[in-house]
Amino acid sequence: MKPVNVIEGAVSVLDRADVDTDQIIPKQFLKRVERTGFGEFLFYDWLRDGEISLESNPILLAGRNFGCGSSREHAPWALQDFGFEAIIAPSFADIFRSNCTKNGLLPIELEQAGCDAIAAAGRASIDLAAQRVGWAGGEAHFEIDPKIKDRLLNGLDEIAITLGQVAAIDAYEAERARFGPPNLAVDRLPAEN
Amino acid sequence: MTTPRTMFEKIWERHEVADDLIYVDLHLVHEVTSPQAFDGLRLAGRPVRRPDRTVATADHNVPTDDTPSARMIVDELSRKQVETLEANCAEFGIELFSLGSEKRGIVHVIGPELGLTQPGMTIVCGDSHTSTHGAFGALAFGIGTSEVEHVLATQTLVQSRPKSMRINYTGSLGAGVGAKDLILATIGRLGTGGMSGFAVEYSGPASEALSMEGRMTVCNMTIEGGGRAGMIAPDETTFEYVRGRAAAPVEGAEFEAALADWRDLLTDPGAEFDHEVTIDAAAISPMVTWGTTPGMVCEVADRVPDPTRFDNPADREAAERALTYMGLQPGTPIEELKLDRVFIGSCTNSRIEDLREAAATVDGRRVAEHVRAMVVPGSEQIRAEAEREGLDEVFRAAGFEWRASGCSMCLGMNPDTLAERERCASTSNRNFEGRQGKGGRTHLVSPRMAAAAAIEGHFVDIRSWS
Repeated sequence: MKPVNVIEGAVSVLDRADVDTDQIIPKQFLKRVERTGFGEFLFYDWLRDGEISLESNPILLAGRNFGCGSSREHAPWALQDFGFEAIIAPSFADIFRSNCTKNGLLPIELEQAGCDAIAAAGRASIDLAAQRVGWAGGEAHFEIDPKIKDRLLNGLDEIAITLGQVAAIDAYEAERARFGPPNLAVDRLPAEN
Repeated sequence: MTTPRTMFEKIWERHEVADDLIYVDLHLVHEVTSPQAFDGLRLAGRPVRRPDRTVATADHNVPTDDTPSARMIVDELSRKQVETLEANCAEFGIELFSLGSEKRGIVHVIGPELGLTQPGMTIVCGDSHTSTHGAFGALAFGIGTSEVEHVLATQTLVQSRPKSMRINYTGSLGAGVGAKDLILATIGRLGTGGMSGFAVEYSGPASEALSMEGRMTVCNMTIEGGGRAGMIAPDETTFEYVRGRAAAPVEGAEFEAALADWRDLLTDPGAEFDHEVTIDAAAISPMVTWGTTPGMVCEVADRVPDPTRFDNPADREAAERALTYMGLQPGTPIEELKLDRVFIGSCTNSRIEDLREAAATVDGRRVAEHVRAMVVPGSEQIRAEAEREGLDEVFRAAGFEWRASGCSMCLGMNPDTLAERERCASTSNRNFEGRQGKGGRTHLVSPRMAAAAAIEGHFVDIRSWS
């Protein structure tokens, strides 16, 4: 993952609430087995039908509960591939937000007034280290989990970090075998031929 | 004296490997969200840490026409995705139920059915409807593909602890009102983001009275309210469901030990939740969605709402757009909406009890002439059980198509889709634009409501319908 720090530039505005991941990347494009090349299918139906227009800019400004619905990581892949580096919205769906941070796409939650001001300004500047968003005539602080922030700033591989704790996982498994019900359930399934 | 704890806290704390790192007991895998994860493992030269805690099935892309093997799938991309899953599972030593297996089915149907899903577990899957498994008193939630790779490699997940919410259902559901109505009414009240950031425990007499199938329907749709996970305390209903299943603890001392452990999971009296909501279940009616989110829902006796009466401008705009997409006029009685299609299936409502209810509703009647209706069982085992009970004959005699199992028309990644402007009564979970096919118009309802609507060709109030 590429490190994320300062993101600045023009803002694309998608002023709708409850935009779901089925809209962000419709199901017919989930059949690919790669991570790349999803940008051209972003908001496929809405863009093709002229329902919305959307420029490729560093920042997307979206409505509340953005990214609700399906857990498909193809949604952040498509947004990133289209050119977005950060998304600012009043709120995000949990799984979508998490998926963004795994790919270096920065989700920023700001209250509606801040979002409206940024939409009006048309440009913004984001400083992840300082947790600030600035625009012509204003600025705001945003919250982010310190561990996620560190991982994004340094472009760290989360699996490598966890594998660094493999001794703790080993210890947990050894300890766990001594309490609780036996639930290595898979072993009990009759084998498939 | 120890501090009283919620069921969620007990399960969470039991699985903490380190700060914000939780152990995963069961990882379910399907063909859509896993190929890039397996690729990542290969690139990094990492093995799957616990193939014995990982089970895979093919469901999203599977045609429901009894296609006998992956290589016979006509759609090239679907075929490639299922074949990729087969190759990945073979390479990494993961148990897979693919086309041709009698244990294949929708991932959230087969977990419980095989006895893999058990109280107290942590369960994840690259699918948002993983919340379904919380019906057993498990902590279960959907994850993205990067997290799928993380779990495959480490059997753990990096997670910040969600807040806790309890929804207390007082009273009991009226006749003809079921689990689907209960959760639709809940989402209608709390909104599509109302449970965001929360692990939700459903409790109270109306939830305790539900069968396991009903509890799964409720927990399944937790994600439509934005909830991280939905859970219901395990009780005798749960234990009897799990008992004797293939992967369940062995009857006897082992099952007894498991029972003692499971009984310990219940939320302690006096435990505190971050948020509590009380909903009167007795006041809930059969529900029908009118818009393009599950929160846009009303009672069957209502009329299509008038967007100008919404206070919040964002809600007003969203309602206006939804009515345009759905081809609806404000003020039209819901019961007058004429249907083209009826779909009974999906991980929300495709279990044996759902099919029994729908079959009893249509027994001896005929589907309206202008309606194409289909029933898609959630798994091959459910299909076989329904056929043993003769439900397939009831459906066929009424004019329904009886299909092989899969996700089918819930998301249209397979040949089952809506055509543009077709109006469908669906027992699935999402009425998003284009979800069931581009331009398709989805109304979410319970299995009984869908079945009765198929017969009449429009929605009816199941409580007064005969």
